[in-house]
Amino acid sequence: MTTTNPATATDAKISVREVTKTFPLKGEEFTALDRVSIDIADNEFVTVVGPSGCGKSTLMNVLAGLETPTSGEALVDGRAVSGPGPERGVIFQQYALFPWLSVRKNVEFGLKVNGVPKAQRRERAEHFIEMVGLQQFADALPKMLSGGMKQRCAIARAYAVNPSILLMDEPFGALDALTRVKLQEQLLDTWSREKRTVMFITHDVDEAVFLANRVVVMAARPGRIYDVIDVDLPYPRTEDVRLSPEFGELRNRVWHAVYHQEPGVAAGATSH
Amino acid sequence: MARMSTMEQQSQQPVTGTEDTAVVVDGMRTSAITAVDDDGGRPRRRRSGGMGTRTKLLILNAVSIIGGIAIWWLLALNGFQLPTPPEVVEKAVQLWNAGILQEDILASLGRVLAGFLLGSAAAIPVGFLMGWYTVARGLFEPWIQFFRTIPPLALLPLVLVLLGIGEIPKIVVIFLAAFLACVISTYQGVVSVDRTLINAARVLGAKDGTIFARVVVPASTPFILVGMRVGLGSAWATLVAAELLAAQAGLGRRMQEAQIYYDLATIFVGIVLIGILGLVMDRLLLFAETKLTGWQERR
Ligand SMILES: Nc1ncnc2c1ncn2[C@@H]1O[C@H](COP(=O)(O)OP(=O)(O)OP(=O)(O)O)[C@@H](O)[C@H]1O
Ligand SMILES: [Mg+2]
Repeated sequence: MTTTNPATATDAKISVREVTKTFPLKGEEFTALDRVSIDIADNEFVTVVGPSGCGKSTLMNVLAGLETPTSGEALVDGRAVSGPGPERGVIFQQYALFPWLSVRKNVEFGLKVNGVPKAQRRERAEHFIEMVGLQQFADALPKMLSGGMKQRCAIARAYAVNPSILLMDEPFGALDALTRVKLQEQLLDTWSREKRTVMFITHDVDEAVFLANRVVVMAARPGRIYDVIDVDLPYPRTEDVRLSPEFGELRNRVWHAVYHQEPGVAAGATSH
Repeated sequence: MARMSTMEQQSQQPVTGTEDTAVVVDGMRTSAITAVDDDGGRPRRRRSGGMGTRTKLLILNAVSIIGGIAIWWLLALNGFQLPTPPEVVEKAVQLWNAGILQEDILASLGRVLAGFLLGSAAAIPVGFLMGWYTVARGLFEPWIQFFRTIPPLALLPLVLVLLGIGEIPKIVVIFLAAFLACVISTYQGVVSVDRTLINAARVLGAKDGTIFARVVVPASTPFILVGMRVGLGSAWATLVAAELLAAQAGLGRRMQEAQIYYDLATIFVGIVLIGILGLVMDRLLLFAETKLTGWQERR
């Protein structure tokens, strides 16, 4: 049932094949993901939008190795995902910083559990703390940081273990509009300097278009891929890009796909 | 664990000290403001704004204590069958000089500490096991729920019959009191550890053992400390009652004896000492709690 096509397995960084995930719900089966398939290329920035409950987080958890698919499989570098791995960094919506550790210790956490020696740990942590602009707060506890700073710390922590893939679940969802825009720009800036394959979940259409090479639109009941929209806008994405008519056009397309979904449509999104 | 306290103190400085730079770094004024305000309103913390309230509270506390003693004194002088404060102090000095008081305090403290420390030491691993392994939970839970409904003192007659009247039965009862209070709290701490924190550790490469030591243990520390404080109170309450029944020495024992001779001053000495010792131990635990769990966000 889950036959892998070796020809395409090699060129995609992430390959989701016919992944179905059901949860038991009041004695019945609830289908959170229904035969979802998508390939994501190396260093590609893919955003995922869709109504609440369409399975965005479930899809990410499958890729992170925190949930196992009911059927189908998720491949990373051609190998089936069977649990969390150091090549996949995850950034959660609720920041998920360890509140008893300082910013520095949070960033060092992944290095420490992977046995990186102390001096090296320090150095790497320093680099990524600087990258997200938190030098002044390296020894502060998370409770002293604002939401945006917490999320930057979480980004530094994910980067520190040097993953080739970043999975981000509505990382800026809890932030105010100004902070969001700021962090979006910083994220793209970081991404252009330290290239990674990114899957970024959001419910903000503007954010989805602004960041992505490709926008994946999902639909609910059952959770499935509704449409995939290519974003042919140049990087670096400046304010000019954000205010350009091309951006507006794409934004309208994505908006339409998210808010005016026709029932029963599902896109076979394996092409790239 | 000790590391955290120093870290916390250091970290207070950079935030309040670099407010201006924070605004520049962050590009948003709000972040710096929330960063400073986040922990407002905790009376135990020394904060520039809270200093006034703190001194005011201390003064009020002192006034209240002095007033209370004054009322007691007045009542004693006006026909109530109470010893006056100087009489109680005199009694305490007298007992101390006779070497009785020290002996009683040592006996009582020894029992409480033995029972309390053993109880907590047993409760923490059992609580962790229950929270972490369903099997352990299934096996321990019915017994803990059952014994929790029985006041530890109600077991004293049984324990006395089974274990005689030496030190052991008293320590066993105090142990039970401390254990039951602490085990529930520890268990609750373990099961309420935020799933996202565990997932965050997992995706960073932590295995079960590391997650336990570096996430579950620190995250449950506040619960454990609360459990220990409740356990200490419970142990202390059980102690005095246990001593009333059968003991050679101890503050409870002394009061029991004084009751026979209608020696109110000695009873007062006992009550005041039990109160003070309990308070001191509670404050020590509270101090540990502030040091170890200062990282918690309070809203
Ligand atoms: N562990 C679980 N047990 C039962 N049902 C679940 C579980 N996890 C998710 N679901 C269900 O699966 C569906 C998809 O959930 P998911 O969290 O993936 O949605 P989402 O697209 O991330 O939504 P949101 O935008 O609100 O975060 C939801 O209806 C949810 O109730
Ligand atoms: Mg979600």
